Amino acid sequence: MGRSLQTLGSPLAQPRRQLELLDEHTDASFQERLEVERLWPLNADTVDVLQLNVGRVCNQTCRHCHVDAGPDRREQMSHEVFEDCLDALERIPSIATVDITGGAPEMNPSFRWFVERCRSLGRHVMDRCNLTIIETKTHADLPEFLAGHQVEVVASLPHYRPLATDAQRGDGVFDKSLAALKKLNAVGYADDPALRLSLVTNPAGAFLPGDQAALEKEWKRELLRRYGIRFNSLFTITNMPIARFLDWLHDSDNLSDYMARLLGAFNPGAVSGVMCRSMLSVGYDGRLYDCDFNQMLELELSEGMPRHIRDLDADSVKQRAVRVHQHCFGCTAGLGSSCGGATV
Amino acid sequence: MSETYYKRDDLNRFPEIGKNAPDLAAKFFDWYGAVFQDGALSAREKSLIALAVAHAVQCPYCIDAYSRDALEKGSDADQMTEAVHVAAAIRGGASLVHGMQMRGHVEKLSM
Ligand code: SF4
Ligand code: SF4
Repeated sequence: MGRSLQTLGSPLAQPRRQLELLDEHTDASFQERLEVERLWPLNADTVDVLQLNVGRVCNQTCRHCHVDAGPDRREQMSHEVFEDCLDALERIPSIATVDITGGAPEMNPSFRWFVERCRSLGRHVMDRCNLTIIETKTHADLPEFLAGHQVEVVASLPHYRPLATDAQRGDGVFDKSLAALKKLNAVGYADDPALRLSLVTNPAGAFLPGDQAALEKEWKRELLRRYGIRFNSLFTITNMPIARFLDWLHDSDNLSDYMARLLGAFNPGAVSGVMCRSMLSVGYDGRLYDCDFNQMLELELSEGMPRHIRDLDADSVKQRAVRVHQHCFGCTAGLGSSCGGATV
Repeated sequence: MSETYYKRDDLNRFPEIGKNAPDLAAKFFDWYGAVFQDGALSAREKSLIALAVAHAVQCPYCIDAYSRDALEKGSDADQMTEAVHVAAAIRGGASLVHGMQMRGHVEKLSM
């Protein structure tokens, strides 16, 4: 089992060092690029989705993880902060969706209670599931729980063949992921219209993801043909040069080329769809960010905005200026990338 | 001793070929782009064919470009290696099958 950058005492465990390294290896500034395209300032115009990163604890230690998550991390959202989130949801009925991520979010002891509460508030709930958690003894009943509360499952699977999946996520992950997907299908996922199952693929290396629609067609055909597995949609996500993926890019001497690749593929048409424009991200300690990536880089909301979920009110964070840095080129390369996949 | 006949950056500078005979370059790049669109063959399948041909013609620029492109189109290293074996098998087979010409000559010339 690999260890987190934090446990290894790597300088790149520090967000400030990550931002410096990105500056050193990027030939342009994201803000200036938006200015040239007359797309600056980048403003959020609504908050449809509240994304909670409920902790850094995970049963896996994937090599590309932008959270630097793993079994050796201890940070978890406390019950109290979950309650602050529920209060915010009650105050702000326009937030339709609660998107729960981690780490492995299901490992947080308050996860199930929180899902139940969100559903009783009538919110759509998404669980960003790494699949292998379903294959652990303590979480074996997760498919039934998720189905019982009509939680949308967004599951990570880099490829429908084992090679890339195991290279990125660890030996044996592919087989466990297939077993978990079959269990999700067995309780109705992808067959019952109320039980959506989306798969997320991100490249196992320093290259961009392919065309989402073309890949989805192929994945549906191949997963069904090879394993009898069904799913609703495929999201292609660009690897963000943050934390462990940044560390790997740097170590493998790919960082400058990768940043040049993101810059070269900059697509002005992808800017309007970046996810920070319609979401807000909450850290395990309740702090607020424009997105999960900014959260990992400790780029908190811009000046004058609330700092903590308990201070969030309906209007203050709409029309906010988003804080950007060079990692944002990852969201605007090619067909764009967000938690919901390609954006154009 | 870093100077070589092949320079990596020449691949990025390929569009400069249009500085002379621009009409021909434009025709080439348009046609090239159209060839690789999804069609009766998927863009991923075309990318694998390109990778294999790149090995057959031993073009380091094409090998660089289509190694990345094949990954980006969703192929993995196993599939790409099999594609290169196809190119190698055709090259090897093409040599070997010419052995039949040799045999023809030998049979004609020999008692
Ligand atoms: S990528 Fe997801 S599953 Fe992998 S270590 Fe990070 S949080 Fe865990
Ligand atoms: S990294 Fe975050 S802040 Fe930057 S463009 Fe993407 S979603 Fe927006």
